This record gives sequence, structure tokens and C-alpha cells, in this order.
Amino acid sequence: MNLYQPDLVSQHSGHIGARQTRVEDAALLRGLGCYADDAATPPGTLHAAIVRSPHPHARITAVDFSQALLMKGVRGVLVGEDVKRWALPFPVGVRQPMEHWCVAVDKVRYVGEPVAVVIAESRYLAEDALEGVRVDYEQLPPIIDPEAATTEQAPVLHEAVGSNVVNERHFRYGEPEQAFEQAPYRVKLKVCFPRSSCTPIECYVVLVQYGRATGIYDVLANFQGPYALHTVMARALNVPSNRLRLRTPKDSGGSFGIKQGVFPYVVMMGLASRKVGAPVKWVEDRLEHLQGASSATNRVTEIEAAVQADGRITALRYDQIDDCGAYLRAPEPATFYRMHGNLTGAYAIRNLLVRNRVVLTNKTPTGLNRGFGGPQVYFALERLLQHIAVQLDLDPLEVIRRNLVPADAFPYRAAAGALLDSGNYQAGIDLAVKDGGLDELLRRRDQARGEGRLYGIGYAAVIEPSISNMGYITAAMTPEERRKAGPKNGAVSTATINVGPLGDVSVHVSSTPQGQGHQTAVAQVVADVLGVALESIVVNVELDTQKDAWSIASGNYSSRFAGAVAGVVYQAALKVRDRLAAIAAAQLQAKPEDIRFGGGKIFVINGGPAAPFHRIAGATHWSPGLLPEGEPGGLRETAFWSPPQLTAPDDGDLINSSLCYGFVFDICGLEIDRVTGEIHIDRYVTCHDAGRLLNPALVDGQIRGGFAQGLGAALMEEFAYGEDGSFLSGTFADYLVPTAPEVLDPVILHLETPSPFTPLGAKGVGEGNNMSTPVCIANAVADALGRADIRLPLTPSKVRSMIGIDEPPRPAGMQQDDGFDAEPAGGSALRANDAVVIPAPPQQVFDTLLDPATLAAIIPGCHALELQGENRYRADVTVGVGMIRARFEAKVALSELDPPHSLRLSGSGTSSMGSAEGHARVRFVELENGHTRLEYRYQVVVSGKVAAVGSRMMQGASKVIIGQIFTRLSQRVSGQAIADGWWARLRALFVRLFGKGGAQ
Amino acid sequence: MKPAAFDYIRAESRRQVLELLAEYGQEARIIAGGQSLMAVLNMRLAQPKLLIDINQVAELAYIELRKDCLAVGAAVRQAQLLARPTLADEVPLLALAMPWIGHFQTRNRGTVCGSVAHADPSAELPLSLVTLGGEIVLESIKGKRVIKAAEFFQGILTTDKRADELVVEVRFPLKREGIIYRFQEIAMRHGDFAIVSLAACIGIDEVRLGVGGVADRPVMRSLPRGAALPDALNETAWSLDAQDDVHASAAYRRQLVRELGHRLIEGV
Repeated sequence: MNLYQPDLVSQHSGHIGARQTRVEDAALLRGLGCYADDAATPPGTLHAAIVRSPHPHARITAVDFSQALLMKGVRGVLVGEDVKRWALPFPVGVRQPMEHWCVAVDKVRYVGEPVAVVIAESRYLAEDALEGVRVDYEQLPPIIDPEAATTEQAPVLHEAVGSNVVNERHFRYGEPEQAFEQAPYRVKLKVCFPRSSCTPIECYVVLVQYGRATGIYDVLANFQGPYALHTVMARALNVPSNRLRLRTPKDSGGSFGIKQGVFPYVVMMGLASRKVGAPVKWVEDRLEHLQGASSATNRVTEIEAAVQADGRITALRYDQIDDCGAYLRAPEPATFYRMHGNLTGAYAIRNLLVRNRVVLTNKTPTGLNRGFGGPQVYFALERLLQHIAVQLDLDPLEVIRRNLVPADAFPYRAAAGALLDSGNYQAGIDLAVKDGGLDELLRRRDQARGEGRLYGIGYAAVIEPSISNMGYITAAMTPEERRKAGPKNGAVSTATINVGPLGDVSVHVSSTPQGQGHQTAVAQVVADVLGVALESIVVNVELDTQKDAWSIASGNYSSRFAGAVAGVVYQAALKVRDRLAAIAAAQLQAKPEDIRFGGGKIFVINGGPAAPFHRIAGATHWSPGLLPEGEPGGLRETAFWSPPQLTAPDDGDLINSSLCYGFVFDICGLEIDRVTGEIHIDRYVTCHDAGRLLNPALVDGQIRGGFAQGLGAALMEEFAYGEDGSFLSGTFADYLVPTAPEVLDPVILHLETPSPFTPLGAKGVGEGNNMSTPVCIANAVADALGRADIRLPLTPSKVRSMIGIDEPPRPAGMQQDDGFDAEPAGGSALRANDAVVIPAPPQQVFDTLLDPATLAAIIPGCHALELQGENRYRADVTVGVGMIRARFEAKVALSELDPPHSLRLSGSGTSSMGSAEGHARVRFVELENGHTRLEYRYQVVVSGKVAAVGSRMMQGASKVIIGQIFTRLSQRVSGQAIADGWWARLRALFVRLFGKGGAQ
Repeated sequence: MKPAAFDYIRAESRRQVLELLAEYGQEARIIAGGQSLMAVLNMRLAQPKLLIDINQVAELAYIELRKDCLAVGAAVRQAQLLARPTLADEVPLLALAMPWIGHFQTRNRGTVCGSVAHADPSAELPLSLVTLGGEIVLESIKGKRVIKAAEFFQGILTTDKRADELVVEVRFPLKREGIIYRFQEIAMRHGDFAIVSLAACIGIDEVRLGVGGVADRPVMRSLPRGAALPDALNETAWSLDAQDDVHASAAYRRQLVRELGHRLIEGV
């Protein structure tokens, strides 16, 4: 299938393979890019803001937006009822009775889930009106841990399914049981891979105009594909595909897979436009993005190998739980099956057992993310290889080498069905070892260890799949289910080349690039084939589903550009070239096979006659009557390409999940600071075989970017959730992405074994380091610390606790927290205790606290207090610390009264900032002087926006706010008018007594 | 992430600022560099009625070397102070600590007094001020008062400043002979909020150790040097009521106070 014949291509240009600088950059670097948010909006465009759930799991009992409709500039509110009337739930890849709507209709299942959409004349006004939408929730217990979610006791997200395990499949290849039985060693490891995502600078943008006359949803969105999701959107909108016109903008602020997840918002804003009868625009902000856009799956894997004494692996067993969040959103459970065919990695392991369970938890739904499925699989597999070496006292590099697919075995059918197209893994490793300077790193490790320092070396060998088989997802179904559903397979790519009347060449591809430089590489290919100047070619990468050639595999994902898209561009260019060669042959009186293209000319070989390219090409427009017979005139060619190797899964569940399989081998040397636990990477070597390189500069850029993201996943990135389901990483101060000072420059090495299956011999290269780098760093840390239980991200705190904290005891006499803190910390619950001395006897203090007037006076920022029942109140309060203030509608209650010894004070409140719930146990201890020492222990749980953006501040803030209640009580009991000076002295006394300042 | 509506007044004089604060109190916020306030406004975690912009108040934009202190006015940017050629001679601790504040872009806008007024427990300037025993000058229409840094910081984002007061000036004590100044910070990335930051004024027998990022405010302890130091550091570590968060455990923070504190003070 490899068509590329260098002799057919001009001798003069040699663009393919050149380090061509990017044609995109002149505009981008000068601020002349046109991103989705820059696109002109139709007159009368309105703006949307989304009401989102502060709760991880709750039933919606009422949505009342009457207040919002009265607010300035508000033109409508879209709610679940509208969605149910006009739309359908999103189709899913597994057959289960669960519904996912673009706006929640009955329950919310993750913090940040859309509940209503406010449409107003500006985004400011729309956000103002979010407070006018009142949603009543009945909270349900959340489930966050994926393993716990599989148990029978776990709260169930989708009741109709009856379980959180929404898909389970078992696979067996070869004779694994026998291999395990016969193996002298069985080595097992359990690993957890955390949730993270590759965060683009630009968030989601959707602009929709619903045509009331035509019934067409006309959408501009920074969607990246795969366009199989176009059908998902059309189905959800309940229209045929041709009633959903989806256009993408010229430039992208990055995606890395994430922009796939914009699709539910396309449906949502389509319905919003329909509701208000005007165009609607929505631009996602960073808080929305981090908490509610998308992420990679977190995964728990138990992996086991049957191993010979020399480290040779005879069988592998995977038991994987993939956490897809609250809904199985298309194309999930693809995270599993994208990697399925190559689960045995770079190794010739013939026996394989797999159990895959897809579990839902109260987290944001998952989706495409650079490396899709790879980081999770290789974290298990490559950690296992390192662990085998440790267990068998072998060199980890030897264990890798002994198991590799032999260099002469390609194309090699792996156990689970991947047809590894080409490669020479041994040569790749040799190159990395030699040119990466492994010997020197080993010397440094010896020296460091001799000096008592912690130095480790890690390796990772990774197969990087590219060009996904659109049929791999059906591996989630049983062979019987697949037979019923009909086969799915292949991956169609398209390109169109147009040559204008003046011989000017323009190209269109349906690859929706997200910053990778597709225009540059496409121009290189076309310039090479047609022999015209690269600068003269215009490459259009916008996609309009109503006008352009596209198919379900269109889009920017699975690193399909170099192999599939550049390949089909090459084919389209050949079609143009062949037509031009026939015309030129007639005009120059030569045979078509003797025609060559180069230097802007079309000429006959061996110094024969020549004509300018534009003259021959122009003839197709200006003088079609003079063209050779059969030449129709005009010059526009669209090519479609689908590789025959991408067959549907067979009855034995063999699936060739991708067309190409590149190879990545990484070496990492690092040192760990014994005190701080900080990791200093000494050297990182990454060797890639991505087949033929179309533009090594673009490839190196891809490797650097993937490496930075892999480094982030290894060291700092995690979407953190409390056990109570609150989301804790809502800003870039808590979700940490490496910046330039944290990212070293890796040593990049290349090997080229062209793919026999793609037109140009190229393979994808965008994702390898996202797969290899997290585990390579983890292996180096495992080596440095001599530990197997490596959990990402490797924060300094976590690393230091692995080194061991031998903590000296709390000095005698220092106040000890009395047991409250010793309880297991429940997620993000904040617990603390404190005390205040009040110059009055306990009975008086107790009685004062029960007085509603007192309560109103001591609750910070209490505007109104309304009695609801005995010792139960409703209050309108504004609380906060420093500049941060939030107005809450609160319920306050006093209970478990034991006068004058103890009581329980509890409160809960909701606001547009989120919700908070807390209670305090208060003890009244009589002191010798008759005064009261009021001791209180409290617990506070916060959720929603406040928790997402302020987790760092929560503990301190609750201390300040709760402290305010009791110091105010003290103030009130000891007389309304306490002179400032007196109060300051009292506070100074507290400081001396307890080492803590009372809040003002 | 759009702020709620607010009024905006670009103040022309200190007097005008104080009058506006007297009139609006809690409903007004001072904006100088906006490096904390703008994020909070955009997230609607604060919805003040009025922003008082002090960037054009020339009389607040001074750095003055006095007999016993370096005084910095409310409109002085962090970058401006850090760029002072004589800073390392005058207040060496500031020269060491200030490069750890955010990034040069944020220092170009952020003000010295703004950071002090905001009272983030991880911030470097409040820590430096507390460690050195500096002072804060607060002014309202009723008058001026000067308060010790240790008394000014009262909890997370909580200070002794009243709603009608402006932090008009902070005063950093000048370098003392025979004292060695050191600063170190552990954060996830350079410029992030400190997990632990340590500032030390090291004398022959005694050391003033300031700890940021652990307690709910910057804290300074006077510690002995020599054999008694480890126990004193352990007591300090336990006394700060360290908390777990998504980035680091309480035990890790305590251990850094002990071990990094020792490394910083004894230079080993």
C-alpha cells in the first residue's frame, strides 16, 4: 500500500522530509490568527451561561427560573424539560438503559453538570442571572473510588442499569492458563493511574444559529473530531445529519483530544438558540473547563506475568477497571479498546487474558485526551517489566530486550490482533543506549549511590498506535452483539486539491488541525508532487460538513495526520499530476510517463521540452476544448482512502485497533532530594520510530509537547476529588501544569522504518511521550527508592513520604487535638477544634446561645433570621474571609441540647458559589473563676465553585468564620459594648493561652 | 468568569481614597496591581460595589530609606522594589525572598502593600515582614496607626485592618550587622503558592525563623542555635497546626520545617 516512489516526485524540490518552517506561524505570532472566539457573530447574537450542579450526586426536585427571566437582558432559560421535548439522549456504544442528556433532566451525577442555560444579551448579564435560577436538590450519596464503585454496596448512578459496572468483557488469546501454570515465576502488580487531562489554552466555543424556517442547526464550534460524533450530535438533536451544519474555525488554541468533548455543548447551544429564536454564543471559561469539560480516565489495573527465570514473559493477565465518570459519553469506552490490539506492547507474548470493566462514578465524563488509553496501559505494563527485573534480580533493560518482537517478524500479528506494521525495536533501543549516553547515566548512578544520594534510572518501551480503526470500539460488544449490530471497521480519510485558472494550487483536508502544522506538511507533499513553489500553495483546514468532503473518521485524533491525511493528500496530488501529465504529454508531444514536474514547470525527461505549470493547468479552465480526449476540464480532485488492514473484530475478538504502530523507547536518569522529595531529572532520552518523517521539525515539536504533558502527568497533574465528591482542582493554582522552567529539553533520537501500509510510509507521532514518559519517570523513581508502589503524580510530598518521615513526637505539654482529627479524613471535610473563654457562667452562656436574637447577632453577616421550628432557623447570611464574600441562604439548627453542658450547632447553605454544610459540637466547661471555657469541634463540607477554586483556603477560612461565631457570642455575653481596648486585651490573653488569635 | 457590575473610581489623592473608604467601607475594594483581586472578581467570589484605583496616586508611590527602615508606599509595585539597586544592602531578606513571588509578569503589576493587605499565608512579603519584625501603617480618615506585623496578620486573608483603612505603607527593618539572612521555599513549581517557605535571620546564638505556607498566617519564632535547635524546630513544626491539602500532607510540611529549617539555619 506504500505508494511513495521518490523517482516519481520531482528531483528539484525534496520537500518531503525537510525541516520546513511552519507556514502557519507568521499569522499566529503576529496576533493575526482567527480562533473560534474571533469569528464574526450574526447580528442579534445572544450569550449563554450555564447553571451547574454544586453536588456530585443529587436528584433535581425543582428548577425555578422565574427570577432569572425578570433580570436585565435575559431572553430565555433552557432547562431539562425543553431538552426532553426537543431532543434525545446521546447514543452510547454499549447497550444499557442509561440516559445522558445535554442538560440534566432528573438527576445530577457530577459536580459541574449542566442543569440550565441562561441566555442573555451579554455574558455578563447571563452570569448575573445565574443567581436567578433556583434549583432544589435532594442529595444522594456519591461514589468516587472506582474499585468501591464496583461493589454491591456502592450508590448506583444509573438506577435502571442496577450497577455502576456498565460494561464488562473477558478476552482470552492463546493458552494463558497453561502458561501461568507452567511458569516458574508469576509476578504481579497493582497500579492506579490518576485522572488528568491535556489542558488547551483555548477552551470550548460554540456559536449556533437555529434556522426556524429550514430546521437546520448552523454551528461554528472548535470541534476536533472524530466526525463519527457528528451523527451522535444529529441524533441527540433529533435531526438528519444534513440538518446539522457543523463548521470549524481556521485556527485552534490547542486541543490534545479535549475538543472532542465540546459536542454535548453543540447540542445544548443548538437547543438554546431554538428556545430564544436567535443565534447563541457560548465560550467556556477555565473553571467550567477544568471541572466539567473532559478528562482522561483514571484506571485501576492488576497485571500479572508468567515469567521464565531469564525474564522471558510467556503470558500476561490484565484486570482493568476504567473510570469513565458519570456518563459513558461517546466514544467511550474507547479508552480501553483503542489500545486493545496492542495490549502486549512491544513484546512477543502469545498468551493473554484480559478482563475489562467500565465503571461509572460521580466525576466528569471522560473522553479523548492525547495518548488516549496509552498512558494507562503502559503504566501497568512497563511498571510490571521493571518489577519483574527487581523480583528476578535482572537488569530491567535485559528484561525488555528479551521480550521484544523480533526485528525480522514484521508485519507481526500481536496476540490480541494488532498487525504491527513495521519496526526494529532492537535497533531503536541500541540507538537510545548509545546516542543517549546510558553508560554515563549508569556511572552517575553508581557515584550518587556511593555518596548516599538517591539516583534512579527508568526505561519504557512503548508501541504508539496511530490511525484508529473505527471498528475497534465494537470490541466492547460480544461477537453475538456485533453480528446483530453489523460490522464496523476502517478509517476513511479525504483530501481535495483544486488548481485554479492561473495555475494556483489550493488544498482542503478534513483533518481539523489543532496547532500541529498540518498546513505546512500538506504543502510540502503537494509541492513535491506537483513541482510548484511551496509558498504558492494555499491549504484550507476549515471543515464545513455542508460543503466539504468528510467521513466519520475525519478529524484530528489518533495521530492520523501523517499516515492517513498526508497520505490521501499525496493520492489526490497524484490524481492531479496524472491528469496534468496526460495534458502535457499531448501538448509537448511526449509519453505521459516521460513527463516530470519541478521548478514550477512541467517538462519532458532528459532535457526535453517544458511548459510553465500554470499554462498546462490553466488550459483545463481556459481551453477545455483543446484537451486530450477523456479529459473533462476543470481541475479539482478529491481522494478518499481507507486501508484494507483495518478489518472489523473477528469472532475470536482479534482486533487490529490501529493501522500503524510506531515505537518509542525512553531512558530517564533522575535524582531525588532526600529532604524535600523533589525530583530533578538529570537526562531524558526519547527515541522514536514513526516511519518516514514528513517534516522532522514538526515531529520534534510533537515530541517536545507530548514530553511536557507526560512530565506533567508524572509529577503534578491530577484532577482531585474529595471522597465526598467535591471537585478540588478548579483553577490552574490547584491543577498544576508544567511551565517552561519545569520542562527540560529531552534528547530526541529518530529511527525510520517506513510503514508498508500508508501511502507515504509515515506513521503518527503525536502521542508517544504521553504514553511513555509517565511510566518511564515512575520506573526511575522506583529504581531510586527501591519501591514498587509508585503512584502518580509524584509530588514532593508523596515522594518524601515514600522515602519515609520518621517524625519526632509532639513535644510534651503542647495542646493535642482531641481525637477529632484522628478520625479518617472524609474527603474534603474540614475538621478542627478551638476554644474561647467567656467571662460568664455556663448556664448564662448556654441560654444566650438559645436566644434567636443572639443567634442573629453572632452568625457572621446575618441579614435575616426566621424561625422555622423549635431551635431551627432560616437565615440569609453573607460570609467570607478577606475580600472573598458569598451570600448564602442557610438553615441553622441547635440540637442535642444538654443544658448547660453541651449542644450541637449545625448549618447548611447554598449559593451560586456552591454549597456548604457543617456542624459543631459545643461543650461548656466551667472554669475555677466561674467563667466558661467554650470548646467547639467542627466539621465543614464545602462543594461547588468555592471548593473547586479555593481548596487551599478552605481550612483557614472555616476557622475564621466559625471562630467569628463564638467570639461574637463571647462579646454578646460579656456585654454588648465592649471597649476596643478591653477586647484587644482579651484577645491577647487568648493568644497567650492557646497560641491562637481570635478573629476580629 | 465575568465580574458582577461595580463602580470604579480612579483616585487622585490619598485623601480621596480615605474619604471613599470612609463612605463605602466593606463595600469598597482597593485595586492596585489586581493580581489577587481580579481573579476573585472574575470568579465572583467578591462582588464589591466600588473599586478604588490607587495606581495614579503619586503620593503613595514612594520607596524611602529612613534611619531604621525601608518604607514602601501603597502604590509601589513589587518589581520596582526588587529592582532597587541597593535593596540587597538595605534589606537583604527582601532581595532573597522577592524573586520567589509569582513570576516577573505578576511582579510587574502586583504591589508590595497589596500583598501585605491580602494576607495570603503562603505569600513571601508578609513572611518577610513578620520575620524582620516590620510594621504596617494603616490610615483612615480618622487618623493613622502603626501596627507590628505579628499583630497585623490574624488568619487566612484576615488582618487587623478595618474596612475604612488603607495600608498606606509597610516598613521593613534594615539589615543588622552580624546577621545572616537566608530564604528558601518549596512549591510545586517556581512561582506557585508555597507549600513551605522559610525566612531566617541568623545570629551567632539565636535565629529568627519565619515560616510561611504552614499555619494560617506567617509565623516567626526565635530559636536557639546549636544542640537545642532540633527540639526547638520540632516544637515550631508542631505548633503551626499544619494541614493536609491536595498538594502536600501536614506531616510533610512539619518535616520540611524541621529538616529544611535546620539546613537553612546551619547551612548543612
